[in-house]
Amino acid sequence: MAVGKSINRLDAAAKVTGRAEYTQDFFRPDMLTARYFRSSIAHGRVKEIHVEEAQKLPGVEAVFTYEDVPDIRFATAGHPFSMDPDHQDVADRLILTRDIRFMGDEIAIVVAKDDMTAKKALGLIRVSYDTYKPLIHPDDVLKKDARQIHEGSSNIVGEHGYEFGGDVKKALKEADMTVSGKFETAMVHHCHIENHIAFAYMDDLDRIVIVSSTQIPHIARRIVGQALDMPLSRVRVIKPFIGGGFGNKQDVILEPVVAFLTLRLNGRAVRINLSREECMIGTRNRHPFFIEMKTGVMKDGTIKARSMDVISVTGAYASHGHAIAAAGGSKNSYLYPRVVTRFHARTIYANIPAAGAMRAYGSPQVIYALECATEDAARAIGMDPVEFRLKNIVKQGDADPVSGKKILSCGLDQCLIRGRQLMDWDKKKKAYESLKTGPVRNGLGVACFSYASGTYPVCVEIAGARLILNQDGTVHVQVGATEIGQGSDTVVAQMAAHTLGISHEKVFVVQAQDTDTTPFDTGAYASRQAYVVSNAVFRAASLLREKILAHAALMTNKPENFYDLIEGDIVDADTGRFAMDLTTLAMDTYYHKDRGGQLTAEVSHKTTTNAPVFGCTFVDIQVDIPLCRIKINKIINLHDSGVILNPVQAAGQVHGGVSMGIGAALSEEMLIDPESGYIYNNNLLDYKFPTFSDMPRIDHAFVETHEPTSGYGNKALGEPPVITPPPAIRNALLDATGIAVNCLPLSPKKLFDVFSQKGLIHAKGETNV
Amino acid sequence: MFDFKTHVKAETIDQAVRLLKENPDAKLIAGGTDILIKLKQGKKGYENLVDIHDIKELKHICLDNKENILIGSGVVFSQIMESGLLRRYVPLLCEAAGSVGGPQIRNIATIGGNVCNGVPSADSAPGLFALNALVLVKDEKKEKEIPIARFYKGPGRVELDTGQMVTGFKISFENYHGYYGHYYKYAMRNAMDIATIGCAVSLKTKDHVLTDYRLSFGVAGPVPLRCPGTEKAVINQKLSQGLLDRIFSQVEKDVAPRTSWRASREFRLHIIKELSNRVTRKALQRAGEEI
Repeated sequence: MAVGKSINRLDAAAKVTGRAEYTQDFFRPDMLTARYFRSSIAHGRVKEIHVEEAQKLPGVEAVFTYEDVPDIRFATAGHPFSMDPDHQDVADRLILTRDIRFMGDEIAIVVAKDDMTAKKALGLIRVSYDTYKPLIHPDDVLKKDARQIHEGSSNIVGEHGYEFGGDVKKALKEADMTVSGKFETAMVHHCHIENHIAFAYMDDLDRIVIVSSTQIPHIARRIVGQALDMPLSRVRVIKPFIGGGFGNKQDVILEPVVAFLTLRLNGRAVRINLSREECMIGTRNRHPFFIEMKTGVMKDGTIKARSMDVISVTGAYASHGHAIAAAGGSKNSYLYPRVVTRFHARTIYANIPAAGAMRAYGSPQVIYALECATEDAARAIGMDPVEFRLKNIVKQGDADPVSGKKILSCGLDQCLIRGRQLMDWDKKKKAYESLKTGPVRNGLGVACFSYASGTYPVCVEIAGARLILNQDGTVHVQVGATEIGQGSDTVVAQMAAHTLGISHEKVFVVQAQDTDTTPFDTGAYASRQAYVVSNAVFRAASLLREKILAHAALMTNKPENFYDLIEGDIVDADTGRFAMDLTTLAMDTYYHKDRGGQLTAEVSHKTTTNAPVFGCTFVDIQVDIPLCRIKINKIINLHDSGVILNPVQAAGQVHGGVSMGIGAALSEEMLIDPESGYIYNNNLLDYKFPTFSDMPRIDHAFVETHEPTSGYGNKALGEPPVITPPPAIRNALLDATGIAVNCLPLSPKKLFDVFSQKGLIHAKGETNV
Repeated sequence: MFDFKTHVKAETIDQAVRLLKENPDAKLIAGGTDILIKLKQGKKGYENLVDIHDIKELKHICLDNKENILIGSGVVFSQIMESGLLRRYVPLLCEAAGSVGGPQIRNIATIGGNVCNGVPSADSAPGLFALNALVLVKDEKKEKEIPIARFYKGPGRVELDTGQMVTGFKISFENYHGYYGHYYKYAMRNAMDIATIGCAVSLKTKDHVLTDYRLSFGVAGPVPLRCPGTEKAVINQKLSQGLLDRIFSQVEKDVAPRTSWRASREFRLHIIKELSNRVTRKALQRAGEEI
């Protein structure tokens, strides 16, 4: 039984020995390098551009500007195509632009024999601008007379809201107490190890081949077709090994431009390999949110009502647009389903780098505000935060109040109860009562989340799987599910082996994907991959198993259901007696002159459910007030992600997510000048991504439920671990110091300002009294 | 690929200074952890490089016959961290070395490069200031010793003329013998970071009296600096909490941090005061004193 076992990653050896081939490892004869010429201002329009000197530099093959690209606006978001025109992504991009919308916007591109020549050529391009006042803060963007960053948009990308449970205004009035707060989250970056890279070439007269580090090969193919106005069958996208994406490669960023360049250069291979500095401004980031919340609470601990207003800033281009705030809204609606709730969100443009998909897609921002507000409500009535949550959270059998769908598996209460034990919450709470004064203070925090296992019913959830019985009795699997480092190929092998009844070592998952041959799937995002592919793999593996057993019966003249396939052998179904091994059977299917044929099974399946997942973070911190520093003594993430397919890989997901959450909580933010839109820290020295030595030990636990809508009882896990560390840490800081800091990150600089304002730090030395 | 014109490898100090004299535009490169970044950023002035990375004469850590500590300029930070001699006599330098970058940087970056780069955030500088280190400078004709405080002339500028190079550092016996010290780097994360404030203390006590006290900071002004006013105010005073309070209130007058997007003047000043106490306290602990 392969599901549930901690088998090694299929690609572990290839990766640790350096044999795994990433996009940068591929070469084509005469491959050229391209580099963007980026704007040095945040808002304006190019008056004039002179590229003649750059073109003359030896080694430069071509320079293209906004004047050379097709006048076709396209949307870059890696969403499945929507049949509903009202639901389609905002098409606001050109391959190169004359209108400047953020510092780093792409005006021109140099193609040269090597990177150094391309860089030199960039220095020879002369440009002059008409400049406009950069619109950075939502207040400026939404001013009546503010310039429209995209003509006709009013600077608003999307807006929506929902209500459930009753009249929120009335319910807030009826509450014993109300608490309100304003919350802000920072723009953070994915910091995947492999930067964006892609190259394209033509291997005949009209077909373009693109090799790209992408989470969404099939979607990339469609969007390139749209951007260049060519049939998508003329575009082929190959995805080799990927060094992480976290959503930043769920966007079509380099593929249209490399395709355009190879078309213009007679099919010659052209590569773009973004630098880290470019990647941090010129790809995507996490949307900063500005949230206002009101919570009404009864003295008995019931949350009565909640009202939430969200502004999501998408920056210079829509990319995923309003979908982020919409998803953040819809995935939190069933965390406290009995609360009278109002949610309203607006997504706006601004002259800052474009935001897009990033791990947990709107939920980290929404849940941050929600769980800070929940903490404030618990404190307002003097109730223990864990008890308070247990009283109000979702239980199995509740329905999502927005969709009406019943929640079939939910272990959130067990996550909270188990977390409280693992943290030794009650004992520590008592012990820390005496540590609430003086320069060094301790505190405890908790926060819960809800999330989903895909995008249905907003988007289609389609997954394809193709299984082939090889001549030697092993099985090749091709799936459209995209391995990007998260380990999906490994769990696909486990799933297939589990259903077939063979060892996972006999299953080979084809790693590299190619839109010419890989079954259709929309890609790696929304924590959907294992959930959605499980339904396709289960069906395809069941089908192949039936075919194998039918062939065994055919070979031996037995009735259809005579055999079973157990641990890789064909056995008598009734007695369990060995009949033949799979290799013997496979050779017969291929080479017997009269019967059989290559046994394959292919399924394309649409999942029309979306299993909610749950979990929480418990944290124990120490605050050194004079040093303005938070130290994490202990942090535990607990997850209900259904059946855990591979415990070690799942632990890896949790640890990675928690460390990303700790970064967002304590140190990470893109620093943008509020006047000019200049970005100070688009590099990994000045962007304070935590290092190994900044990470505390991370603990985790799984509360395993069984989700009936997935092939193996499994639910989402990829993104959720990132969501709750920031609110849990903020709540622990509140517990330690009595100060609610409602703005991320809780960096030393921020804490210095807050502690100074609150009088915990004085100029004269008697700090922290 | 880097955009430079010439790269000549020197095998000896003599060869290096001759190459420098022959090519006045040339810059030295040792570990390359600063120069290669400048080249990557396309900064001008680094087209011609004299590579001193493999000069064996620059890689020593030893005592001379007067028990002065000598550290070659080509010594890398991981060598400093692991040197038994330095750990015994000047542990604050080892602490400073351990706070530089990450393991890969510490395996290649040199103490000479760190100082000659001239930046106020150099992690090795506050320690060298607190130890009254001498910078050993050589050209084709002569060798000289320059006190570290005089070596720094301004942000990014050091006391080196054309044709001169730093061959090492000397810490004289009387500047480390009987002293106890500590270095603390305050930064936004625990590794791979630039100091928000670096603080070094070296002190001596006798009969609960602070007989010598040196307090120095990085990023507290345009160059690394010592705190003469504070030092004067507390030397030869009896150890007490009051003494620490005096350091806390006095140190502000000796420093001139500035506001940058990385941190505000007020924040840096606050950390300077806090560290002046914490680092002193730690050094006193090492001296076997308790307050």
